[in-house]
Amino acid sequence: MSSVGAILLVVRASSTTTTLQRVAVIAIAVLVFALVFELVRRRALLERYALLWLLASLALVLLAVWKGLLTHLARDLDIYTPVNALFAAGFVFVVVLLLHFSLVISRLSEQSKTLAQRLALLDDRIEQPSELAAEPDARRSSAAQQRTRAAGER
Amino acid sequence: MNRYLAIVPAYNEVGAIAATITEIRTAAPGFDVLVIDDGSTDATAATASAAGARVVRLPFNVGIGGAVQTGYIYAREHGYEVAVQVDGDGQHDAHDIPRLLEALHAEPGTHLVTGSRFLGPPGGDRSSAARRVGIAVFARVVSLLTRQQVTDPTSGFRMTDRRGIELFAQEYATDYPEVEAIVLAHNYALHTHEIAVQMRPRTSGSSRISTSVSAYYLVKVLLAVLVSALRARPLLEPGPLGKTARP
Repeated sequence: MSSVGAILLVVRASSTTTTLQRVAVIAIAVLVFALVFELVRRRALLERYALLWLLASLALVLLAVWKGLLTHLARDLDIYTPVNALFAAGFVFVVVLLLHFSLVISRLSEQSKTLAQRLALLDDRIEQPSELAAEPDARRSSAAQQRTRAAGER
Repeated sequence: MNRYLAIVPAYNEVGAIAATITEIRTAAPGFDVLVIDDGSTDATAATASAAGARVVRLPFNVGIGGAVQTGYIYAREHGYEVAVQVDGDGQHDAHDIPRLLEALHAEPGTHLVTGSRFLGPPGGDRSSAARRVGIAVFARVVSLLTRQQVTDPTSGFRMTDRRGIELFAQEYATDYPEVEAIVLAHNYALHTHEIAVQMRPRTSGSSRISTSVSAYYLVKVLLAVLVSALRARPLLEPGPLGKTARP
């Protein structure tokens, strides 16, 4: 989304932008903001992920409103064209986001594996409960193990 | 109920599962047979049940490691003292199970015994030449890491005692777990041992490691094994014996 703004900013490859461009960028940022807000309202998007996108669109508005912020930042970082600073920032943002998603996916697969295993074993206990009575210890220790594991993941 | 458990992971093995179970029950009558049906789409579970095994059905395919681990969790919760993994495809000869048990008990302090294709006189099915190269690489790396000779780290024919059951119930790789499990056992100070066995060519189904994924397999397992070697030593050993792993 920040790259959409960047494309609009690059329309004129100078350090100053026209009012029309700034209005367009602000409009896009507001649209993104509204879309994310609506997705959260419909419970399609968790707040913790929404926050990230809301912050990104706010950053876009800030850059559009505050003339010279991007130019100054770029100059301080020794980047010739301000838009390149924007591209670099957008790229880093996206890479970090992707890494974060890989982490989330890894955790989810681990959790779904554990759930599948528990489900299969509980299914087995329900279908053939006869052996259960003989092993109250096993049940207790298994519940304790689960708690320890859950605590360890915090 | 016996004190020993045979864990048989099976995924769409309807052609071989009944013979595998029957063989275990005749060759190793002291073992309860538990089939972990890893989300099969054929009649594997029903066939296994009819052949006299207890069947635990995973709701979807979680991969060989997750399936085998389910067996270890079962063994832990039902208080089994020894667990042996036997592939559901008929590659492993159940007549070797008593020898594995003997080796496990022969030397006090041995916690894991693997049946190796490459120990002892040549014979049986030893996999294709390309795979043998891969296995040799693993054998070399694992031998270096564990500071002992390991000839067949990819063998899924292995037996472990209560300590190994506790460990694997808690931690086990999801895909291609055999090599990692040996290093894991070493990291937790469980002594491992190998005995010579002969394996048969699989009677049905197809190997989960096709040539196209074998490169991924090689790299993934090497990475996992090296990472686990670099991982901090665990503070506690799993299980009721719980003491520090290393002095």
